[in-house]
Amino acid sequence: MTRLLVGPFNRVEGDLEVRLEVAGGQVSQAWVNATMYRGFEQILQGKHPLDALVYVPRICGICSVTQSVAAARALAAACGVTPPPNGVLLTNLMLACENAADHLTHFYLFFMPDFSREVYADRAWHTQALQRFSTHSGEHARQAVAARQRWLQIMGTLGGKWPHTQSIVPGGSTRGISSSERYRLGAHVAEMRGFLERVLYAAPLEEVVALDSEAALAQWCIREPLRGDLRLFLAIAQDLGLENLGRGPDLTLSYGAFAQPDGSYTMAPGVWDGQSLHAPNIAQITEDARHAWLADGGSALPPSVGLTLPTMDKPEAYTWNKAPRLAGQVLETGALARQLADGQPLIRALWQRSRGNVLTRVLARSLELAQLVLLTEHTLRSIEPEASSCVDSRVPDHADVYGLCEAARGSLGHWLSIRDGRIANYQIIAPTSWNFSPRDRSGTPGALEAALVGAPVAEGDTTPVAVQHIVRSFDPCMVCTVH
Amino acid sequence: MREPAFNVLWLQSGGCGGCSMSLLCADTSDFRGQLRQAGINLLWHPSLSLETGQDVQQLMADCLSGKTVLHALCLEGSVLRGPEGTGRFHLLAGTQEPMMTWVQRLSAVAKHVLAIGSCAAFGGITAGGSNPTDACGLQYEGDQAGGLLGSNWRSAAGLPVINIAGCPTHPGWVIETLAALAQEQGLQAEQLDGLNRPRFYSDKLVHHGCTRNEYYEYKASAEAPGDLGCMMENRGCKGTQAHADCNVRLWNGEGSCIRGGYACISCTEPGFEEPGHRFDQTPKVAGIPIGLPTDMHKAWFVALASLSKSATPKRVKLNATSSHIVVAPVIKKTRLS
Ligand code: SF4
Ligand code: SF4
Repeated sequence: MTRLLVGPFNRVEGDLEVRLEVAGGQVSQAWVNATMYRGFEQILQGKHPLDALVYVPRICGICSVTQSVAAARALAAACGVTPPPNGVLLTNLMLACENAADHLTHFYLFFMPDFSREVYADRAWHTQALQRFSTHSGEHARQAVAARQRWLQIMGTLGGKWPHTQSIVPGGSTRGISSSERYRLGAHVAEMRGFLERVLYAAPLEEVVALDSEAALAQWCIREPLRGDLRLFLAIAQDLGLENLGRGPDLTLSYGAFAQPDGSYTMAPGVWDGQSLHAPNIAQITEDARHAWLADGGSALPPSVGLTLPTMDKPEAYTWNKAPRLAGQVLETGALARQLADGQPLIRALWQRSRGNVLTRVLARSLELAQLVLLTEHTLRSIEPEASSCVDSRVPDHADVYGLCEAARGSLGHWLSIRDGRIANYQIIAPTSWNFSPRDRSGTPGALEAALVGAPVAEGDTTPVAVQHIVRSFDPCMVCTVH
Repeated sequence: MREPAFNVLWLQSGGCGGCSMSLLCADTSDFRGQLRQAGINLLWHPSLSLETGQDVQQLMADCLSGKTVLHALCLEGSVLRGPEGTGRFHLLAGTQEPMMTWVQRLSAVAKHVLAIGSCAAFGGITAGGSNPTDACGLQYEGDQAGGLLGSNWRSAAGLPVINIAGCPTHPGWVIETLAALAQEQGLQAEQLDGLNRPRFYSDKLVHHGCTRNEYYEYKASAEAPGDLGCMMENRGCKGTQAHADCNVRLWNGEGSCIRGGYACISCTEPGFEEPGHRFDQTPKVAGIPIGLPTDMHKAWFVALASLSKSATPKRVKLNATSSHIVVAPVIKKTRLS
């Protein structure tokens, strides 16, 4: 048996270390460590509640809009305001813009470059992977960065700047929109569609979102093998057996994405267990700090009364992340969870066969990217230019509220208590807090910790490539995790 | 084309990664090409490099031993000194050693050291509230010189830490600073301002080029979020005091905080994270904002403000408290005859 300490683990957001126990050429146990703590929940204490809108986007530079939306929803609940329809739609546009940028960044800059590694030099697809995804010269990676830059100009218009926009407020969006601007934004969406249809899918978006079975997917691949980066990924996945790598827990969570003015969701919420879908019971969420360098309240606590206080000298602690649980259970969150909750037939079919794994996570994200661009087109058409997009809000002296949102990488929740007009407690559970959870007090490993078990490790390998695929398949964001 | 020779190592500590995400939004159709063309070789960057784990540790060892020349060390995010000076709030993954220690060591061998963003420059948002992690900047703690390296520290090239402040920092500010350093003539001390920020962007105020300047002239002020008027009087805008060119060199194609409908919170200034008042409200004494425009005498401001308020055209007054233009400018003949 050998032990490996892997880090710094890059091409994830933030700082990550993975400790592995290796026996018989595979990982037998894993511990996931988020190695940095900044203390946002402490920083927020005593602030005016609306000041949260300046602090929380700065929890994370890759999903700052999502943090703003969760805070704005909690504050809207406290203030009792409802944004006008335009405010809801503009917020959705910004969310979709950021989530799509995240999926694109993840695919081209974070995940695919690993297939350009030397260890795969003898594979039939390696030359293609190198040409397309090499971090230095990858032609498609280069085009993806350019497409991302153009796409985020939508955020320049709607949010003033990205990251760390402050135009998302409880009452809606501080940035209205005119019909000429709507036209200009539409032109940016068309550019992104062009890039995706040419380079990622080599197919129309409509064709991609309509893939509804394994047979349809197989057909679609055979028709033009390796054309487009998604087909290349699928070929690599088949060759390397990525479907057998990094199995997640058999329970997934989505809070529901893109709330509409009428209260419904574009992507339905739900906890999926392979058989049925339940509404997530928010009251059953707890966080357990037993293995974190944080005060352990003596039991797992619901976030509404959660504690975040650094406590360094705990022998059993190994990370800054607490262990979130839903009714005591480990679950996975992210694009895969959203597609399962929303009932995407292809993803549900693959789930029935092989559950959550490296292949299904990446495929779910790729399909969602196409959905997001279509959603953006649709939302732009629904906006009423020149109409009001914001109402003012007054913060009450007392409130206990929460705000939920779907980030690219999964379910995000902010729990806020206001006393005497000030923030008395603020607790955040980020998507990667769920996925990269440490063990809880009963010793149950978190989702990634369990998913790493069984990953192959070659003799003498210090940074096993299979481990890297598994870790990155979750698209982790460590700065959100620990905040 | 010549091989890029200016080696840049980029590390992240107590920040959010937002300055890197912002960097990728640089105005170019070829990000890598732009760096190459400026002579910049990115030795390693946490989001953009293939190397992970042991390979990165080897790369840093080579910089320390001098085997690889480290032309510029970029730190994004503040330095976390806590708890009790141990730096354990951030151990560099895989090394069991505080990031703070790595930054000290690498700074000693780097030709230039750059603080990327307000966290690395001054402590930034991470130093807000009770500053639970004892966060500071590389050479400043808020507006006090000192920080991790001390006020007298100079890089091998003889410069202090270059503070490319901003939250996040603008990609143009970073790339142009690196490009200047990569050139033979480099960057001279007098090209940095009193807080060691590159003057090419900090010799301007956010107020310059603001699309709300007409409202400002007449003190026609926004009252509620989303209003079109000037945000200085009521909504906390510090554009008249914040050093940055945000309204001239726009963000993400065509944005600025103010164009997005919210106040400039002066994110390029030390201590912006703790303004001592609500971010979205202007603190006032006897109805007069405390933070008056830089370089302006208070008595003059008061006199001009009351005069201009009485001269405000109806159009400007009405539009200032609306979310869209409700009164268009009158069409007048612009030529004689
Ligand atoms: S004070 Fe602010 S809103 Fe008013 S004109 Fe200046 S920068 Fe624009
Ligand atoms: S407008 Fe002000 S707050 Fe916004 S980015 Fe510029 S300096 Fe920072």
